[in-house]
Amino acid sequence: MMERFSNPVLSKELKLRFRAFKSFSGLMFYLAVLCIFVTGFLLIYTQFSGTAFFRPSDSFTMFAALSVIQMALVMFITPGLTAGAISSEREKQTLNILLTTTQSSTQIIIGKLLSSVAFLILMLLAGLPLYSLVFLFGGVSPSQLITIFLFYLVTLIAIGSIGIMFSTITKKTIVSMITTYGAMIFLAGITAFFFFVGITMDQMFLSSGTPAQNLTPFSPISYFWATINPGVLMVTILYPEMATSIESVVGISTPIWVGYLIFYILLTAFCLFVAIRKLRANMKTNR
Amino acid sequence: MIVDIKGLTKKYGSFTALDNLTLSLDEGVVFGFVGANGAGKSTTFSILSTLLSPTSGDAFINGKSVVNEPKEVRKQIGYMPDFFGVYDQLKADEYLDFYGASYGISAADRQILIPQLLELVNLTHKRYEYVDLLSRGMKQRLCLARSLIHDPKVLILDEPASGLDPRARVEMRDILKHLKSMGKTILISSHILPELAEMCDEIGVIDNGKLIAHGNVAQIQDQLQGDKRIIVKVMDEIDRARAFFEEDPFISSIEVIMERNELAFNYRGKTIDQVKLLRKAMIEDIPIYSITEEEKDLEDVFMAITKGADGK
Repeated sequence: MMERFSNPVLSKELKLRFRAFKSFSGLMFYLAVLCIFVTGFLLIYTQFSGTAFFRPSDSFTMFAALSVIQMALVMFITPGLTAGAISSEREKQTLNILLTTTQSSTQIIIGKLLSSVAFLILMLLAGLPLYSLVFLFGGVSPSQLITIFLFYLVTLIAIGSIGIMFSTITKKTIVSMITTYGAMIFLAGITAFFFFVGITMDQMFLSSGTPAQNLTPFSPISYFWATINPGVLMVTILYPEMATSIESVVGISTPIWVGYLIFYILLTAFCLFVAIRKLRANMKTNR
Repeated sequence: MIVDIKGLTKKYGSFTALDNLTLSLDEGVVFGFVGANGAGKSTTFSILSTLLSPTSGDAFINGKSVVNEPKEVRKQIGYMPDFFGVYDQLKADEYLDFYGASYGISAADRQILIPQLLELVNLTHKRYEYVDLLSRGMKQRLCLARSLIHDPKVLILDEPASGLDPRARVEMRDILKHLKSMGKTILISSHILPELAEMCDEIGVIDNGKLIAHGNVAQIQDQLQGDKRIIVKVMDEIDRARAFFEEDPFISSIEVIMERNELAFNYRGKTIDQVKLLRKAMIEDIPIYSITEEEKDLEDVFMAITKGADGK
């Protein structure tokens, strides 16, 4: 029964990844950075500020900062882990052999994605003991922590899928990396810029009308840019009042997370579909 | 027939890598595919291995179409590319285990198969060694074992002996002979014709994407070597002998070596014509005491047929 659901690529990738020294050194380095950050944060708030105590609001600030660090991890490490998934096999000349096995393209792509996601989840979970420090001082609810982790999960699967797609359709890992990081910059940075530009233009348009017109804001395009930006969703998770503000500015009351979830699920499905289709030569094309 | 290639063509823009290739092979045959670099051998093998789509035509492996049933074809073939990499962090048995799982073989069956395959390729002693620590010859043999793990009917081996030292070549050849005795149909490519001649039942010569010859080794030699060079030694009367041979329509370029009483000429007639000629020489009482045919070896034949490919 287990064999039926086993994925050879996933098993092999996990074996290779956890055998590699760089995986453990990377994990150790990441935890060291988190430890230094938490220690420094606690020292600043208790020793150097002269207060010698830690308020729940300070604890929440630490939680928010840790969440941002974890988010940065997801945004910057995921492309590195996935953008070479297929192209590196091609460069190492192992792909052709893999493609002549009876494994389906879906199995290969999903195996590659899950192995990368599994390692990232391990990194995120390894940081949980440090996260749990915030519960000592209060200010953060467990549901908030769970929400943040679900947000990470959706985001890293989506980014991983983008990486896998570019890795499949480009021949070289370096090209795939650059393209995937380019997509990251677009999703995390350019969309925020478009959002602010859209909001500013809407505000200018509203302020140019006469008060009698009583215009209510309605900006679906700005809403769209906000919903696909991971930073915006993170802010709304950490500070729920920000969600209300954004909704009132764009004039759409649908929660940001709903749009985010829909967009990233569709993006994931699209990227995986393209990767699966492009992995093997379509024997009926070119005819 | 187990391999049936019908009008296979592959074009890259205006360049034709494979031009209407048609070929049939019976089960259990060891087929050598010879041609210069870029002649179309690897393209053919890539299409047969479902890695490349043909521009037109189709190929059938054990009745399964590479165009319409690629997944079924993959079950029938074991493919070994000319250049391949290995997963450095895997041990030899794990490497085979991974590919066994990739073919859907159960864990229990893999545990039985892996030692057998390692023994077949003489790598039992390297079972728990990391693959990247193996020599090139050992990696080639491991890759061959990998291509056999699902017991395919047809083995497609693209230059399996390339880059190997003489000892490793001999070891590889012995393994292939053993596989032949097991009844596997083997397609093997090389640009070294004599290497294939030893172990192949049939040989196909490809040049510029076209199959220019197909048959057993002797037929290939006959087909490709053109005029024979025959050397005749006579006791005396060399001028009479020369006059006799000059009359034959199949003979050209007669050369007389007086000091050895020897005549050398090109002969383009068939074997039966040659018999008639010798019979006539006996009747005419030409004092011939030795006739030898200057044999072109396969290397010469290959050099001759591939001369056009690179234009040299």
